[in-house]
Amino acid sequence: MAMKIGEGKFKENVNKNIEDTFMRGAVASAQERLRTRRLDAAEELGNWEEWRSHGEEIRQHVLNNLDYYLHELAENLQKRGGHVFFAETADEANRYISEVVKANGGKKILKAKSMVTEEIGLNGVLEEEGCEVIETDLGEYILQLDEHDPPSHLVAPALHKNKEQIRDVFTQKLDYKMTSKPEELALYAREKLRQEFLSADIGITGCNFAIAESGSVGLVTNEGNAGLVSDLPKTQVVVMGMERIVPTFEEFEVLVGLLTRSAVGQKLTSYITTLSGPREEGDADGPEEFHLVIVDNGRSKILGTEFQSVLQCIRCAACINVCPVYRHIGGHSYNSIYPGPIGAVLTPLLGGYDDFKDLPYASTLCAACTDACPVKIPLHELLHKHRQVIVEREGRAPVSEKLAMKAFGLGAASNPMYAAGSKMAAAMMKPFTKNDRISNGPGPLKAWTEIREFPAPNRERFRDWFKQHEKGGGEQ
Amino acid sequence: MFQADVGKATVEVLERLGCEIDFPMGQVCCGQPAYNSGYVKESKEAMKKMIATFENAEVVVTPSGSCATMFKEYQHIFHDDPIWRPRAERLAAKTYELTEFIVNVMKVEDVGAKLNGVATYHPSCHMTRLLGVKDAPMTLLQNVEGLRFEPLPNAHNCCGFGGTFSVKMGNISEQMVDEKVDSTERTGADFLIGADGGCLMNIGGRIERRGKKVRVMHIAEVLNSR
Repeated sequence: MAMKIGEGKFKENVNKNIEDTFMRGAVASAQERLRTRRLDAAEELGNWEEWRSHGEEIRQHVLNNLDYYLHELAENLQKRGGHVFFAETADEANRYISEVVKANGGKKILKAKSMVTEEIGLNGVLEEEGCEVIETDLGEYILQLDEHDPPSHLVAPALHKNKEQIRDVFTQKLDYKMTSKPEELALYAREKLRQEFLSADIGITGCNFAIAESGSVGLVTNEGNAGLVSDLPKTQVVVMGMERIVPTFEEFEVLVGLLTRSAVGQKLTSYITTLSGPREEGDADGPEEFHLVIVDNGRSKILGTEFQSVLQCIRCAACINVCPVYRHIGGHSYNSIYPGPIGAVLTPLLGGYDDFKDLPYASTLCAACTDACPVKIPLHELLHKHRQVIVEREGRAPVSEKLAMKAFGLGAASNPMYAAGSKMAAAMMKPFTKNDRISNGPGPLKAWTEIREFPAPNRERFRDWFKQHEKGGGEQ
Repeated sequence: MFQADVGKATVEVLERLGCEIDFPMGQVCCGQPAYNSGYVKESKEAMKKMIATFENAEVVVTPSGSCATMFKEYQHIFHDDPIWRPRAERLAAKTYELTEFIVNVMKVEDVGAKLNGVATYHPSCHMTRLLGVKDAPMTLLQNVEGLRFEPLPNAHNCCGFGGTFSVKMGNISEQMVDEKVDSTERTGADFLIGADGGCLMNIGGRIERRGKKVRVMHIAEVLNSR
């Protein structure tokens, strides 16, 4: 599995997924819960808008000086005996990691949740090499058991499943015999995973933020699994998107606070782990070998363009949790491991318009995403920018739409044509009008009236009324 | 064209408050449908026409938060155009959405309207999030004699209009507007009030198609009820 998770067309996926009442129920209730928690956490902190601006400033500063901070990060980590590898593509990253695994005779690999490893399709590559790969984040663990069901959300990958469905997965795939109570399910998974932790050869994690000044990698979890994945196995591999970096621990603190509040409404998550290379003399635990793989995979092509701000993203999913479109279609409709508004912006940039040009249109531009983003990415504006690029630079818009919009350019801008159009409209629509309503409209109205009534153009135009009204001196 | 009553109500409410109204016949559409679909070049012609038409107005008031937002967006769209940018900035500075104008500029909170029944209010996305007009509509509506309010569940969620989205992504739009209609019905309200024609045409059209009894009203019509 890589970034693209399905072959279906966006519209086909949508048609299928809106019939999935379980998924829609699970998504709607999760959205409401996560949204409320985020708002409460922001209010409790106070001065939320100032924190957002500060977060934005940090992210923009890093992106504008990315080469400098990547160099600093790599240098500091290497000083402590860590290995650093810059991967330009997904293939390069996967190849390097495979070699590390082979060189260490690794058979059993433990993973903590990481979207970038999903993006490059790392698990599939390692499995083909004959390794056993075990996801240790509870959500990812459930999905892996369920025939590698792809994640549908950045933070809660199994958000599309309710607890009964999770119980069924455990019962069918493992020897689970208890109820669908979340506590029982979690305890069971914990016992199963604990055995795995003790026998793994290699640990692979993602990276929430790398800290340049100390050459460290910061991980944020609620389950503590990232700590175990990085402490117990002898060899440790960290995979990070090249933009996930902060200058110092001071900025780390700011961004972690924005991340945990925006993602799950917590001041801090239960575990915040920082790793700074292999175990040193006198250390009680930690890996003997430490590798940091920094993945570009299309990111550097976004730098310096009108889309650069998308790289500010800290993967909190606040935009997804408020998106009214995601609410009804779920994460899998997007065909990408990056769903929702952030996915609709990022996926076409990383994966191209051939496969993903529908995504920027999967938005009403309601701006709920922009409002929710803790680092102020203007998501709805970026979605609009994609549409402009698709129409003007790529020339990929449907011909009928192009003609209609050309007519709009001519008609709307010319007052005689606009006024005449409004005059003609009532007469033209008359055959379709019943009780001042159009239920089965012609041409462009057809799609509208498949779902809703359309008001018939008023017989008395406002323009005519106003002229009369003016003559009457404004009297009623 | 489709909502002459909203236009009339807007004129009558403002005149009653002592404003002198002009409706420059040269005006066209604000350009948003083409602009939001990515046709920036085509939409600029309509924008220029609007900027020129309203050049001599003291203030510009529109009964649509979305159109007002678009008027304020012109200055950014023409940001690298030395001729049109200053003109667009002047238009932005004097443009107001109707309720914002009444409450914040005219300093009126009670327009003396009367309407009997239970109402719920749908806050339109562009008006609340992009234009930043959040409180003015409810300030005015709470002073309408005879009207009682029930909160709309998940009011913050978009109704599914989104201009061309409503037809381009019709199947998603249908789910969104259905949730809005269901939420409205749950309040038991007689009226669903909003301040943006697009949203109201969408929700109203779906309410009628589903044969629901709720009456959809633009806030200008409510404020003009006596």
